[in-house]
Amino acid sequence: MMKNDYIPFPSKILEVIRHTEIEYTFRMEFQGEVKPGQFFEVSIPKYGEAPISVSGIGENFVDLTIRRVGKVTNEVFERYVGDTLLLRGPYGNGFDVSDYMGKDIIVMAGGTGLSPVCGVVSYFSEHPEQRGHMTLIAGFKTPHDILFRDDLNRWGKNMDVILTVDCAEEDAACHVGLVTQYIPQIKLGDVQNTVAVVVGPPAMMRFSVQGLLGIGLPEENIWISQERKMCCGLGKCGHCKIGDTYVCLDGPVFNYTKGKFLVD
Amino acid sequence: MGFHVTNMQLSALFQTWQTNYDIYAPRNFSGGGRFSDTDCIRYGKIDCVDEIVFDKKSEYSFKEILTPISQTLFFFTEGETKEADAPKKGAVIFLRSCDLHALKRLDDMYLHNGPADYYYQRLRENIKIVLMGCAHSFGNCFCVSMGTNVSTNYNMSIDCQPDGTYLVDCKDEAWAQQLEAAETPRLEVIPSHVEENNVTVQIPEHLTAEVAKSTMWNEYDSRCINCGRCNFVCPTCTCFTMQDLFYSENGKVGERRRVWASCMVDGFTDVAGGGSYRKKNGERMRFKVLHKVLDYKQRNGYHMCVGCGRCDDICPEYISFSGCINKLDNAMAEVTEQ
Repeated sequence: MMKNDYIPFPSKILEVIRHTEIEYTFRMEFQGEVKPGQFFEVSIPKYGEAPISVSGIGENFVDLTIRRVGKVTNEVFERYVGDTLLLRGPYGNGFDVSDYMGKDIIVMAGGTGLSPVCGVVSYFSEHPEQRGHMTLIAGFKTPHDILFRDDLNRWGKNMDVILTVDCAEEDAACHVGLVTQYIPQIKLGDVQNTVAVVVGPPAMMRFSVQGLLGIGLPEENIWISQERKMCCGLGKCGHCKIGDTYVCLDGPVFNYTKGKFLVD
Repeated sequence: MGFHVTNMQLSALFQTWQTNYDIYAPRNFSGGGRFSDTDCIRYGKIDCVDEIVFDKKSEYSFKEILTPISQTLFFFTEGETKEADAPKKGAVIFLRSCDLHALKRLDDMYLHNGPADYYYQRLRENIKIVLMGCAHSFGNCFCVSMGTNVSTNYNMSIDCQPDGTYLVDCKDEAWAQQLEAAETPRLEVIPSHVEENNVTVQIPEHLTAEVAKSTMWNEYDSRCINCGRCNFVCPTCTCFTMQDLFYSENGKVGERRRVWASCMVDGFTDVAGGGSYRKKNGERMRFKVLHKVLDYKQRNGYHMCVGCGRCDDICPEYISFSGCINKLDNAMAEVTEQ
């Protein structure tokens, strides 16, 4: 019997964590293998499907951090209480934490870009013995847009967390400025033994990678994750194709040696 | 096994097919053209061989039989989902050599690029192919350049003779037995094929994605009107978009479909929150052209374009795809000089 990958399964919403007015984390019932950086197609009948990356993984759940910016996500926010969502997945390659083990780690995230790397940061926050020094630079538009506040506080206990916003009132409790401004503040050891993960809007990723290359990180030590329209997650619909690469199959996580050749 | 068949003998074969198969072939849709009082030749169900148009190229390809323009995947009824039924019958499809080569591309896309596609596979498993010979090249065809002018992987071939009879080469045993039983005259048949086109293309050996930086794409910013017709007539374009719809009589019941999508049309790359890629039509043209003659090959080992020339036939702005391919050599020179 052939497998029909298009039919979604219902998943119960176990908990909703509100970060901001428009960004919530939905803790969804799920059992099965899943890696940080992979994504699910989340759907609501009548409104359609949207690819959402995994921001947390537990024994019987996955966290999906959803921003209310489109047709599907709008509806998710309207009707979530005690309800279920339809899911397909997980899809994509995701981050392999073994790539970063025993190394100094830099994570640079912009906005909801923090959500796909959350799982990586959490893992190394819980297993500090498996890594060297770790720095997280997380940037948001304004203090109202900051995601994962509780997690950021928790992570800050055993790694350098630099929280910055593009613009803020004067008395804001975080830095103001672009993430790239804080690259010089990274406590850098041996660059050959330092890895970096960069996720965020295209321009943020471009300049962040330039900055990291600038301080001497080799290209092969940098990973990025791409966001594209994906209607299937199965390498069929064509929307996420860049050159000979399908982001949904070959990505969304790319080593920069491959990622740098992706020209839309 | 070759036969010289009459219309009547072929009709008998059609009747046998129709117990288990629908028969699809290029046929004339009178008044079905895109302008008033014009006809359209495209694929449709047929009952007899007379309906088949042999002397013209079909404006649209056979692909809609395997990847319908709008395909219901499943139905929603409150908390339940119900998979859409497969067609009850298989399909006998009449197609030309270029389109038969295109079928290989559809297979590689839907069966081998990631997990096999459930809906494609269940249609694909139950088709038979009748190759329509090409006695001469049609306008804009460049199959010889693309190496798609000859095909041998058919169940039967058919060539229409001037006297209204047909030459067929039958590889399907059951069909051949039926023709033999009807005492159809046997002879050696090689399906006709084109050995020369008026249009030729030369894909540069040293072509790389660097050609994206060339200025050659700029002209398409203004010439192309991103209507997407080139994608819709192309036998190798397979992109789709998911679409949910609910019935107006009962808002609790609806269906999820996939519908054809075009990389030339606005919205193809839009992500939630307002991001999009390839805003200029020239960039979209570059994306499409390089998929057909560069990056598909990097992934699959052979070119995607089959040289049917339908994109050139249909373009309302008279943009020539083959013309564009032939500009790539200069464009490569331009970007390597820099």
